[in-house]
Amino acid sequence: MAVYIVRRLIAAIFLLLIVTAACFVIFFLVPRLGGATPEDLASRYVGKTADVETIHNIAVRLGFTEPVYVQYGRFLRGLVLGADYPTGPTTTHCPAPCFGYSYLTQQPVLPEILDRLPVTMSLAAGAAVIWVVAGVSTGVVSALRRGSVFDRTAMSVSLAGVSLPIFFTGLLTLSVFSYTLGITAPGGSYTPIEENPLLWAYDLLLPWITLAFLYAAGYARLTRAGMLDTMGEDFIRTARAKGLPERTVVVRHGLRSALTPILTIFGLDLGLLLGGAILTESTFSLPGIGKYSVDAITNNDLPKVLGVVLVGSLFIIIANLVVDVLYAVVDPRVRLS
Amino acid sequence: MRHTRRFAVAAVGAVTALVLAACGGGTSGGSSGSGSGGGTGDGSIHNPSDAKGGTLRYANSGDWDSLDPADTYYAYSWNFVRLYGRALVMFKSAPGADGATLVPDLAESLGKSSDGGKTWTYTLRKGVKFEDGTPVTSKDVKYAVERSLDKTTFPNGPTYFNDFLDLQGYTSPYEDPSPDKLGLKAIETPDDSTIVFHLNKPFSGFDYFAQLPATIPVPPAKDTGTKYKEHVVSSGPYMFQTNDLGKSFTMVRNPNWDPATDPNRKALPDQIEVALNVNSDDIDNRLISGDLDVAIEGSGVGPSAQGRILADQNLKANTDSSLQARIWFTVLNADVAPLDNVHCRRAVMYAADKTGYQRAYGGATGGEIATNLMPPVIPGAQQFDTYPTPGNAGDIAKAKDELAQCGQPNGFTTSISYRAERPKEKATAETLQQSLAKAGINLEIKPYPLADYLKLYAGKPDYAKANNLGLMVYGWGADWPDGYGFLSQIVDSRTIRPTGGNSNLGVRDPAVDAIIDQAVNEQDTAKRQQDWVDVDKKVMDDAYMLPGIWAKGLLYRPPNLTNVFITNGFQMYDYLALGTTRK
Repeated sequence: MAVYIVRRLIAAIFLLLIVTAACFVIFFLVPRLGGATPEDLASRYVGKTADVETIHNIAVRLGFTEPVYVQYGRFLRGLVLGADYPTGPTTTHCPAPCFGYSYLTQQPVLPEILDRLPVTMSLAAGAAVIWVVAGVSTGVVSALRRGSVFDRTAMSVSLAGVSLPIFFTGLLTLSVFSYTLGITAPGGSYTPIEENPLLWAYDLLLPWITLAFLYAAGYARLTRAGMLDTMGEDFIRTARAKGLPERTVVVRHGLRSALTPILTIFGLDLGLLLGGAILTESTFSLPGIGKYSVDAITNNDLPKVLGVVLVGSLFIIIANLVVDVLYAVVDPRVRLS
Repeated sequence: MRHTRRFAVAAVGAVTALVLAACGGGTSGGSSGSGSGGGTGDGSIHNPSDAKGGTLRYANSGDWDSLDPADTYYAYSWNFVRLYGRALVMFKSAPGADGATLVPDLAESLGKSSDGGKTWTYTLRKGVKFEDGTPVTSKDVKYAVERSLDKTTFPNGPTYFNDFLDLQGYTSPYEDPSPDKLGLKAIETPDDSTIVFHLNKPFSGFDYFAQLPATIPVPPAKDTGTKYKEHVVSSGPYMFQTNDLGKSFTMVRNPNWDPATDPNRKALPDQIEVALNVNSDDIDNRLISGDLDVAIEGSGVGPSAQGRILADQNLKANTDSSLQARIWFTVLNADVAPLDNVHCRRAVMYAADKTGYQRAYGGATGGEIATNLMPPVIPGAQQFDTYPTPGNAGDIAKAKDELAQCGQPNGFTTSISYRAERPKEKATAETLQQSLAKAGINLEIKPYPLADYLKLYAGKPDYAKANNLGLMVYGWGADWPDGYGFLSQIVDSRTIRPTGGNSNLGVRDPAVDAIIDQAVNEQDTAKRQQDWVDVDKKVMDDAYMLPGIWAKGLLYRPPNLTNVFITNGFQMYDYLALGTTRK
């Protein structure tokens, strides 16, 4: 398994290089091929009254006047060796791995992302626990009580869950629970877990539930379908024929088998969320990676976008790797080699 | 200047000025408008108070362009910056029209001009200190202006000093070979209290430049260039305690601010907290619930909260409708045939249904129908209507008459551009398309990305001409409330750069330029104001711009806010005056 993991990690590095190269092509090469001059690119980062000379100076400072491959090479060099950026009277050093330097905030990108990572991780982890527990258990019960009132109600609610956008449910829950009833924290509240774990959970409770509502719905439907398939399999009949308790049949044989596709989806979902829960963070004004990336995109701050893409890709790759390893644990038919 | 992200954002426009707290009413009594039900920003003070203490909580739906006084161009930022910095001059902290007048701040008096308006001298007040106790000197002011000239390092701020100072090639203190980095000859500091500005041409309104945040002193030894925004050294009543970039910052009292040196600021709250990048709908909800005190952008609540507030008399009682120094308008591009003929442009002026324009911006709550350019809140502005139509709904007969004089009796076809992210501008384009079609003028609607609207499309003359952009929907707010601050960037042909990024989308009239020059050189205030009215009238006569709406914003003030008033300087609440009953 160790060889497998090392091989996957090496492949991941190449994949990340391809991702960065693709970003550079999209951000810098395509506009140039479309006729944009370095000054056109720089004009997004100047004041509204900038003259030609200022725009050119900023194009030079941002490196837009150089060929794209040189810019890419400088980016890769920064990843390995770090880079220096002028601040006016002095320069500031962006230590390796330097993911870039924001055109607008004049800050190295990676520290900003790392600063926001705990918010996103807190949000994703808490929500994931809720949606997995709620979604899977609801799906199992629905499958076992197929056609019952619980099944129909749960599936109707889950349909609403996957249909309602977070910016709607988020604002609605904030309005009701935070601003009318006053029982949850207002938008923008976040306390680091190391400062006060209880307040951390209190502040994130509403975002967790709102985000989990969306995902739990999908997991419930997926689990239900998987369980219905699995519980009709021959090995389940065999298990029952052996006289195993129903709980063991359902949990150890039925659910374990049905979990494989759920695990796959979970890995992808968690990886994507760690790359930024954009809508949830924006709705609840949480200073995480998702909000950071939205602001970066809105402001055309390409180094930030590139940094977020890199971090997001990294999380997705890692999450998938973890899932692949877990396959072998969950499903004995899978062997890693 | 950009007034607010939500309101005008990447546009070009801008806003204005300031207001002091000193005139903000007494401890009790006074002209309190609280509870009257929807103020109008007409000069009343809500909850007047001198009580100090408590924490004021602000929120911003975006982020500052920069907290560095050299690098900021938002109206709310110029309003707020006075809490931690003192410029030479400032707008009076007073409600209504009084708030649009200039008073000395760091200086003892307004500027003394000589040399026909080319030289301006200020004397600094004695005893003003930075937060570390170091005395503020004229050299600190000179250095602050010097560094603001470096637009490669500080690209966001205005360029008035770059344009008007006799720079003689000076670019930046960071390129300055002098040991003290004070090599700019256009500014002299004969002693620690005196600063003299030498201009490259006369400018009668230099005090407006002196109120720019760029004149807030910066101690050279503490300048960290682009990093200075992380901790601006305060010369005002508050200083930064924390600054979590992009998230929030906190300000506390500056122990070295001496009220005896500052007749303009009350400094009521003990602490100020500002949250950044907060969801705008959430800001409105928090304001209404009392979980927040001020939406710092000052552009008014969003559409959903607006509906809720206006339907509830209790909430409505805590609102103010502020008329802004901002206009939403459409440029008629004389570069594009047949609009190069004044009669074809006049045909558009007559055919346009301005009631539709107003509906596009949310009806009367969104603004008043504009008949000329300068909004009524600008001192000296006059309202007139060169193209009156019944009920402002358009006059097709007169439009067709103008079309006949233009040689286009059957009308013509051209394009109208707008910023794609702005639904109100889309609605404007559509309503103009419908109303102009009645006169035979057919419009092809072309949306463009907001971020590049000026730099690559409508604001780039060769692109606009090549793509037949005859009409261009746009908006503009004043850099400060006077004719120059409002009109110069949108009607002076000499501001048009072929490289794009222009705010003047097509007014090229030597006669207009000549009146502007006359206004700039005019020392008499009344005559100068009349000159700007003449500019307005000339642009209307030649039909270069179709005025749409003078903008209004619905501001909500939580009941705990004290000393609340709208200043015509910034057309939002005066942040210097605010206090809170919440401890």
